[in-house]
Amino acid sequence: MQEIIIDLVNVSKNYNGTEALNNINLYIRKNEFVTLLGPSGCGKTTTLRIIGGFEKPSSGEVYFNGVKINDLPPYKRKVNTVFQKYALFPHLSVFENIAFGLKIKKMDKKIIDKKVREVLAMVNLAGYEKRKIDSLSGGQQQRIAIARALVNEPEVLLLDEPLGALDLKLRQEMQFELKNMQQRLGITFVYVTHDQEEALSMSDTIVVMKDGRIQQIGTPIDIYNEPKNAFVADFIGESNIINGTMVQDYLVNFAGLDFECVDSGFGQNEPVDVVIRPEDIQVVSEAESPLRGEVKTVTFKGVHYEMIVQSNGIHWKIHSTGMEPAGTRVGLKIVPDAIHVMRRVTAK
Amino acid sequence: MKRFLARGYAALIYLFLYAPILILIVFSFNASKSRGNWAGFTLNWYLELFQDRQIMKALYYTMVIAVLSAIIATVIGTAAAIGIHNMKRLKKTIVMNLTYIPVVNPDIVTGLSLMLLFIFTNLQLGFVSLLLAHITFNIPYVILSVLPKLKQLDKNLYEAALDLGATPLYAYRKVILPEIMPGIVTGLLLAFTLSVDDFVVSFFTTGSGVSTLSIIVYSMARRGINPKINALSSLLFLTVLILLVIVNFRSGENKNKE
Amino acid sequence: MRRNWLSYPYLFWVLLFILLPLLLVLYYSITSITGEGIRFTLEHFQRFMEPIYLRVLFRSVKLAFISTVLCLLLGYPMAMILAGKNFKKKNVMVFLFVVPMWMNFLLRTYAWMTLLEKNGLINTFLARLGLSPLNILYTEKAVVLGMVYNFLPFMVLPIYSVLSKIDKSLIEAAEDLGANGITVFRKVIFPLSLPGVASGITMVFMPAVTTFVISRLLGGGQFTLIGNLIEQQFLVAGDWNFGSAISMVMMAVILLSIGIMSRYERENEGGGLW
Repeated sequence: MQEIIIDLVNVSKNYNGTEALNNINLYIRKNEFVTLLGPSGCGKTTTLRIIGGFEKPSSGEVYFNGVKINDLPPYKRKVNTVFQKYALFPHLSVFENIAFGLKIKKMDKKIIDKKVREVLAMVNLAGYEKRKIDSLSGGQQQRIAIARALVNEPEVLLLDEPLGALDLKLRQEMQFELKNMQQRLGITFVYVTHDQEEALSMSDTIVVMKDGRIQQIGTPIDIYNEPKNAFVADFIGESNIINGTMVQDYLVNFAGLDFECVDSGFGQNEPVDVVIRPEDIQVVSEAESPLRGEVKTVTFKGVHYEMIVQSNGIHWKIHSTGMEPAGTRVGLKIVPDAIHVMRRVTAK
Repeated sequence: MKRFLARGYAALIYLFLYAPILILIVFSFNASKSRGNWAGFTLNWYLELFQDRQIMKALYYTMVIAVLSAIIATVIGTAAAIGIHNMKRLKKTIVMNLTYIPVVNPDIVTGLSLMLLFIFTNLQLGFVSLLLAHITFNIPYVILSVLPKLKQLDKNLYEAALDLGATPLYAYRKVILPEIMPGIVTGLLLAFTLSVDDFVVSFFTTGSGVSTLSIIVYSMARRGINPKINALSSLLFLTVLILLVIVNFRSGENKNKE
Repeated sequence: MRRNWLSYPYLFWVLLFILLPLLLVLYYSITSITGEGIRFTLEHFQRFMEPIYLRVLFRSVKLAFISTVLCLLLGYPMAMILAGKNFKKKNVMVFLFVVPMWMNFLLRTYAWMTLLEKNGLINTFLARLGLSPLNILYTEKAVVLGMVYNFLPFMVLPIYSVLSKIDKSLIEAAEDLGANGITVFRKVIFPLSLPGVASGITMVFMPAVTTFVISRLLGGGQFTLIGNLIEQQFLVAGDWNFGSAISMVMMAVILLSIGIMSRYERENEGGGLW
């Protein structure tokens, strides 16, 4: 287990009375790829900027390798940032942009030259040294921004939604490259995004945030399979969220029926949220399941069909490679493993 | 038909604008003082113009004041624009409204209020008072030229520089200033031109024999027509034309860069 | 970015060279020096209320108003023409329009002196045609002419600027919905151009109402507008109190007209005017 490199303790941030962050407690280990994930306004960028030194916490402490750095300005931190809109200096060439940080450190000219060429090769843009920034495409500017940050060999790289402006294909390629880079270089990456697929595919650890609070921290698999509350379940992947009642351990009641499940530890007859993924519901004949309904719509989505089945007043969303045409009466089969029971969160 | 009307109308307006100036220029070469008759081509008036001590002195003062006031106004104004850009909204609105005062105020009020100030503080009217007055009405125009450039600036550029290890001073020197330089240069040129062109404010705030070109022209014109003024007009017109072509050429270049 | 101190030199300058002088004008307008010392009084303002001076104010506003209207009538079509042209020529045409603006306005006014005087070019020309000479110089007509000549570009350029920014698709949408040329102008173009018109009116009316050069050169020594009156009081009569009072009245007129106009003008970038 690697040591902790960044530690946020009880960090809160207020802007003119609005609370952007509320009691954030989070630690990041060396060489980890951590993603801060959440909708707009959840505080993920604010958290990143506090780590980078562009904002100061209203309360709480920020530790870097055990040292408190609350008052340390950005230019003294061993951290570098890749900004959302790249923030490349328009009046400087590609070379000068990348060399910017090295020049400040007063490195030898020959060493700077070597390092810049190396990092350009690493992002597959060798030969672009003399180019002007405005002559580059979005994807190229993206990679120059990454190169400019990495050439300074930071201990931590902060990335603020760096792939947002790229088209889908390019974004997927860059996701792969970034993950690769992180593993090869052994740098800690702190990544901010609102795209849950991106988070799931790249991260070692995901921190789900909402309204300035951390909702859940875990590996991609944990978060996907064991969401802690309805928000996380709804934000990550698609889900059906239904009101239910916990009859007793391993038995939950919803849609007017009792179902076996694998969760325990709730009070008797406690109202709960039941979360079931669309791909976990099987469409069977009416006779095979007590849960029955009528197929309302069928949409072809390429990878799968999405069917909406109305049953006992609930609209179930189902993903399946096969389909039944609209109007068919079907049965819905749900195995105990597929049912996730969670505490009802009053403020959704 | 519409296009013909439009062209004709535009031509008339341009004629209206340029005819007086062109006539002035033409008659600056007229051998006779008369404004109605052409008596032959001569460069005499130009010669007399350059030999006129008073006019040359005024030219000297006009240029010195313009250059000095433009430079000083640009330094103060650029610093002010950067400061204003970083202000919170309330303070920014107040300061901007203050900035608009000399722009909106008629020159005559600016001129005489400054005159009152100088007399009140026992500063003798002369070169210094004239310079201070020119700086005063120039600064707002510098601010109004630089501020939009600051607004256009990507907010992250400054932070990116800090992130890469630059101190705030280094970041301003190497990143911010180069980016807003077009605005600064525009402000400088604007200030220079306004200073050369000014009459009313100079009229009230100068003394001790320090005169600008505009003031000389005014006193000459009040006494009646004088072909030396025609000669002066031609030269000034040429200068303005060249300056404007240069400025236009520069801003055309900038547009290509963006 | 705690760089606020950068603006302190400027703020100090504003305080000293803009606010303080204006306060001095205010001070002189409401005080009077008597044997016993300084006394607060409104007598200077009362003096301004005398018919002879009110007539001057009225004349200034009247002439400025006429000039502004003329500039608007002449300038709006010009702005439309400029805004309608296609790209390459447009830059040159706008440039040509701007050049006279930068020419020293004293010289431009002087140019009209030569044209309008008794033995000037226009009269010589008319004499050749056998027509009687016009006596325009040193009359109100000459002053209005001078004002329109000097300030026409200030009316055209703001209107042109707004017109050229009108989204072409708005006009196309109107035509698509059945509007002909005149209706498109009345219902779409003109209303959208109002902020530019308001700017233009402000930029013409203000200097027109406060000028003293144009009235002196083209109107002659006996011609008095409010600008001349102020100049006289300060530099000839030495009556700073009265002069300041007149200045305060003039500033009030200016602020009033800006206030009226700013209701039509949209906020420019760079901070407010109010």
